[in-house]
Order: sequence, then C-alpha cells, then structure tokens
Amino acid sequence: MCIAVPSKIIEINNSLATVDVYGARKEISLLLLPEEAKIGDYVLVHAGFAIQKVDEAAARDALNLLQELSEKMEEVNG
Amino acid sequence: MDFLREFRDSSTVKGILKEIEKPSDTPLNIMEICGSHTHTIMRFGLDELLRGHINFIHGPGCPVCVMPKERIDHAIVLSRQEDIILATVGDMIRVPGSKGSLITERVKGGDIRIVYSPMDVLYIARDNPDKIVVYFAIGFETTTPATAVVMEGCIREEIKNILFHVNHVLVPPPIDAIMASGDVVIDAFIAPGHVSVITGAGVYRPIVEKYRTPMVICGFEPLDVLLGIWMILRQFREQRCEVEIQYKRAVRPEGNLKAQGLINRYLQLRESFRWRGIGDIPLSGMKIKDEFAHLDAEVIFKDLLPCELIDDHRLCKCGEILKGRLKPIDCSVFGTACTPQNPMGACMVSAEGACQAYYKYKQLPNYEH
Amino acid sequence: MSTESFAILLSHGGGGEETWRLIRGLFLKYFSNPILNTLEDSAVVNLNPNAKGDFGGVTPFPLRTRIAFTTDSFTVSPLFFKGGNIGKLAVAGTVNDLSVIGAKPLYLSAGFIIEEGFPYPDLEKIVRGMAEEADSAGIKIVTGDTKVVPKGNADGLFINTSGIGEIIYEGLSSSNLKEGDAIIVSGTVGDHGASILALREEMRFDLDVESDCRCMWDLIEMVLLSGAKVHAMRDPTRGGLSAVLHEWAGQSGMGIEIEEENIPLKAPVRGLCEILGLDPLHLTSEGKVVFAVSEEDSDKVLEIVRSHPAGREAMVIGRVIRNPQKRVISKTSWGTKRPLEPPQGELLPRIC
Repeated sequence: MCIAVPSKIIEINNSLATVDVYGARKEISLLLLPEEAKIGDYVLVHAGFAIQKVDEAAARDALNLLQELSEKMEEVNG
Repeated sequence: MDFLREFRDSSTVKGILKEIEKPSDTPLNIMEICGSHTHTIMRFGLDELLRGHINFIHGPGCPVCVMPKERIDHAIVLSRQEDIILATVGDMIRVPGSKGSLITERVKGGDIRIVYSPMDVLYIARDNPDKIVVYFAIGFETTTPATAVVMEGCIREEIKNILFHVNHVLVPPPIDAIMASGDVVIDAFIAPGHVSVITGAGVYRPIVEKYRTPMVICGFEPLDVLLGIWMILRQFREQRCEVEIQYKRAVRPEGNLKAQGLINRYLQLRESFRWRGIGDIPLSGMKIKDEFAHLDAEVIFKDLLPCELIDDHRLCKCGEILKGRLKPIDCSVFGTACTPQNPMGACMVSAEGACQAYYKYKQLPNYEH
Repeated sequence: MSTESFAILLSHGGGGEETWRLIRGLFLKYFSNPILNTLEDSAVVNLNPNAKGDFGGVTPFPLRTRIAFTTDSFTVSPLFFKGGNIGKLAVAGTVNDLSVIGAKPLYLSAGFIIEEGFPYPDLEKIVRGMAEEADSAGIKIVTGDTKVVPKGNADGLFINTSGIGEIIYEGLSSSNLKEGDAIIVSGTVGDHGASILALREEMRFDLDVESDCRCMWDLIEMVLLSGAKVHAMRDPTRGGLSAVLHEWAGQSGMGIEIEEENIPLKAPVRGLCEILGLDPLHLTSEGKVVFAVSEEDSDKVLEIVRSHPAGREAMVIGRVIRNPQKRVISKTSWGTKRPLEPPQGELLPRIC
C-alpha cells in the first residue's frame, strides 16, 4: 500500500534534500531518515520523506541470488 | 544502479519461475498483505505465471479500502464547514461515504486539497491564516511517522491553524484477527516491504509463532516477490517457520527507530478501530495522545462529527474474501450491483482491492476462473 | 509606448477605440496576412488554390473542395511551461486535429477571453508564440475575437482556435482498423502531461522534460504521400495513449494488443509516474501521432516517421487483434497480459 521509490540525493540543505529519479527532481524531508545522508546516497522516498537509505550491497546480493537461481535450471537442462 | 530495471529483468523472471514451479500437489495459498503487492502481482501477471502453483489471497493492506464509511463521512462533514480546508492524499477523495465522496463535495464548493506529502499541509496553513486546515491522515505504519513530523512542526513553529484527523492503522492486528477466525486457508504471508522499513521484522514474530505460518518481507518489484516466494518454499522444504527479510536493501531487522520514536512521541494506540469488511479490532489504530488533544480534530469537532456506524450491505462478502475463504466471483453482487464505479464493499473500493482487481481481469478472453 | 507595466482592462474588450488599438498593436503586428488585414467580420479564403475568386455569385461546382473543420478551446494552467505556452498549444492542438483526419491545415481563427488585469507583456509573448507556430506550419490566422471579462471570471486567459484544412487523404477513421494493423507511435508519450503535472502546486517537481507541443502536419504529410495504407491517426492528447487506444477499440469493434516494453518513454516521465503511482499512458502528448497502418506497410511507415526530426523515437507498439469484447491489452516482456486501464477523469497522485 505504500509507494516508495529509490531516489538519488543530489543536494542537501539542512533537513531538506533534493532527490533525482531518472531526471524527475523533488525536494524532500530528511526528518525521518535514521542516519546521516550524503550526496550520492540512494534513499527510499515515501510521501515526501526519505524513510531509509537503500543498501546497494544488499541489492547487489539479491540480484546475484536471483541470477544464480535463474541459471540453475539452464545448467540442469544442459 | 537502475533498481527498477534490474528487479524487473525479464530473463531473470523467466529463469526463477522454473525454480518456483517445482512440483507440488496442491497450490500453496499465500496472502500478500499489502495492496501494492496486489498491484505488482496483477500488473506483472505473476498470478498468471504461477497459476496451479501459488494461489494469491489479497489481504487487507489497503488503507482506503478498510476505512469505514462513517469515518469518510467525518471528512465530508468537516469539508462542509465554511472555515475549514480539508487536506488529504489523492487515494482518499474518490472513496464514497454514505452520501457521496470528497470529489462530489468539491463540486458543491467544499475546499478540499490534495497533498502529495503531509508536509504540504504546513504550506497550506501558512498561505491561509484565516482558515483551519484539517489534515485527514490515512495510511499504515509507513505513512504514520510523516503525520508525527507534521505535528511536531506545528508545535515547534506554533502554527495555530492545523488540526489532524488521524486514521492510521497497523498491519499485524488485522492479520491476527483474520487468522484467529479459524476458518482461513492461508499457508504463508508476503509481508509489506515499506511498512517493515518503519516497523522492522519483530512485529510479525508473534503471528508467525502463534499460527505457524512462514512470512517473508518483500520488496515491490516482480523479482522481489518471486524471490520472496522462493524463500517461502525454501522454509517449507527446510521445515522452518520464521519471519525472513527478502527486501534487505531497505528493511533493517529493527526498522527505523527514529520514525518509531516520533510516532510514540505524538500518537498512541486506540482501544479499538473498526475495519471495513472485518469489524472491530483492538489496538489496531492510532490516535493523537491526550496531551496534544488541542490538535485533534476528533476532539475539537466532537459535536459535529457523526457517530452512527454504517455497515456494508448484508450481501457484501468482503469479510470472507479477505480471509481467503471466498473468491470475488463467489459474491452474488460482484460485477452487478457492486462495481468499481459503485463499490458496495471494501474489496471493490480501490485498484488494490481483490474484487476490483478481479473485475478488471475476468473479462480477458483467456482468463480462467 | 511602454507596455511593460501595461495590463488588459475591461475596456479592451468593449469594441471601441481601445479594442482597435489592441487588435492593431498586438494581433495584427504578429498575425498579419492579406486576409486578416482586411479585418472583416469573416475571413474569405480560397480552398482551391486555382480559384481566383473573381467571378461573383455562386461558386461553380468543380471548384469546391472537401474540407475539415475543427474547434478546440485551451484553458491550460499554468499559461507558460517548459517548451511553450497556451498560445503555441492552441495553434499546434488545432493544426494537429486537422492533420490527423488527413487535412492539410490552412486557416485558423483565434478567440481570446482575457481576464481583466492580465499583463500585456504576457499576452504579447503568447501571441508571438502563436504566430511563430503558425508560420512553422505554414498556416494563417485569418480571423479572431477578443473579449475581456472581469477579474476572477477567467483563469488569466482562455483561447479558442477553430481551423479548416483541405482533405488530401480520404478514408481515415477508427472504424477502418483491420486485424493485423500495426500501431505506431511517433515518439515518447506523456511529455506534455508530465511537464504540466510537475508544475502543479501540490507537486513541486523539477523535470528534465519539456512539453512536446508541436505542429505535426509536416511529418504526417510525408506518411500520407508515401502511398502507405494508413487506416487511422490520432494525436494522444487528453487521456493520453490509453484514451486513443480505447476509443479506437470501441469504435472499430476490434481489440488492440500492445507490448509494454516498446512504448517510448522519457526517463524523467517514467520517474515522475513511478513516484506518483500514475500510468504514463494516461498523460497527454501535444506533439505526437499514433498511426494504425496496414501490416504490410508497417516497416515503411516506421522508416518514414523516423526520418523526420520529430519522429526519431518512433516505435511499433502493438497491433490490432480480433476481440469481440474490444479490449485493449498490455503485454509484459515475459508474456503476461493485463487490460490497459482507460483513463480516469482526474490524475490523482497515490501514496498507497
């Protein structure tokens, strides 16, 4: 029920940040972010608030696992 | 990293499907709790891809769907007051109460503003000092902290013309209520990814332990859901029954402590909240703490707000559909008296409701019931 | 005369001296052409380029030509946006409505309803924009009207344009869609809608996209003169691509199937839609054309469209299929299908 999109921080101004999603830019609030943010970080934005940083390493792990699983059947089938 | 593209890659989708399609005699019943997961499943045809293997049961995670009509009527009554600007999010204004929706009120002259972010309420209040802005707050735990931030903003900056009508609800209690009813057919859960960003994973543990149903917290891209299903199947294979996080790039086990702190600072649990289609569920909704009653529209406008409870039509089968006992097509008014344009129950109200999703799909030529 | 601080007054719409000063000083300055300059109540135009108009009385039968006639009113807010303004939109919109029915756009009328107090420099910018767009399309604005209404009775400015064009290609109609027809879109969809949406007060987005507002006759003419069998054309304005496809399915009695991956979209439009929970196929385009062409001419038309600067990103996005329920179906890249939602009345951002 909750739309939140990974958005890149391109500017920070106290508790506000400008984020970019494929070239759509918006000012959002950092007041709910539990950690310090820096330019270049990806954050999940919901209803105008950054609610968490996106952990790129974890994303990479998930994609690797997916890749592994999707290739498994191909190996079995030869 | 292009998160959207990578987690929608079609060759990976086709590949992982084979891992999920491993032989099983009867399909597994998985409830996706969250409306956005219903949306992902429908939009990307995951139910079609997994037909015969997984049976998706669409859960109650749609905050506009479960809003009882009498509370929508609150919004309408407030919007009719001359000095009130009613602000709410886009999802809310189409939902009909007992006598029309906020859209029909706007036509009659009600000052109703759609906000993308609750923070915008502060700007509206600043630009309209001689009016009272009532923020009609809806949403699950993902959205609740935003309301707390705006409340804090009001208090800190001494903004005197904002009030809040809080309708925030929680995810675990309705799941517990559905499972406790005893006549459910749910084998596992896909838990909401963004709610869990705020709450963390621990809130689901009591349910998993009490009912022995595995739960995986998933992201919202098709590969997130498919990987989550694979993790559920792995739990069954390994005879485990746990809360697992698939959506590790966003969900920390402890959640967002800062957001949780803000919620607890300004809001408290209601004794009970009435869920459309399910009924009264204790400790399932939030309200403003007593010390901030001066910000609570339900307190300030107590005498104005109607208190009559409005039930859905007796023919409405949403309660059974939400538990997975019935499918939308088993309801006698589905598609006839009850349509997206004229919804009779919770499941038809928005695009994420089970009945509306089925309504759009059942007319496809090769759709199999 | 300094027009910097000049604002439109009720008297400018009164029909007296001030009205004539406005017409001569602003509209004639930019729209000037021999037909308009006569300032008659109606413009008299030649539809047949060979007619000299000097015979007097009833025009002989062989000189009549089939014409297309259309009208549209423009109430866009804000009046100025990235890539254009209400004036440019008013010209392009009506020119495109003529073009998609196979008519070479010839003449436009322009009616202005101006709110009292409207800044003159803004009006001049808009009128200049209209003249530039009309010139680029080779059309003339030959007649017009001006009204000024009291403050509060118009959202700054409303424009109505009506247009006539000469039919050069017969038989374009949604009822002519045939099974197997290719659906081709001339470029990225939703650019105009996204750029306007981003400017809406409650949105406050900054978008790397401008309105695609543009007259499309020159591109369309190339396709029509190529000999390809074109069955229907539309510009996907209000309601976006989804509206066109649903109208075509409804009126032809056929179904339409599209490939989601093939729909050209600019990345920021996609980004905006992801954030707001909107479908880009519901957003307006003001400089794009959707073609339904016979299957065997699909490659040829695609090549022609792509050869034009405004058509570089053209794609075949789907085809017409047999479907008694007249469904518009969208296919994912892994083959699953879902019905494409018809556009709702209002674009509402979702957070849930």
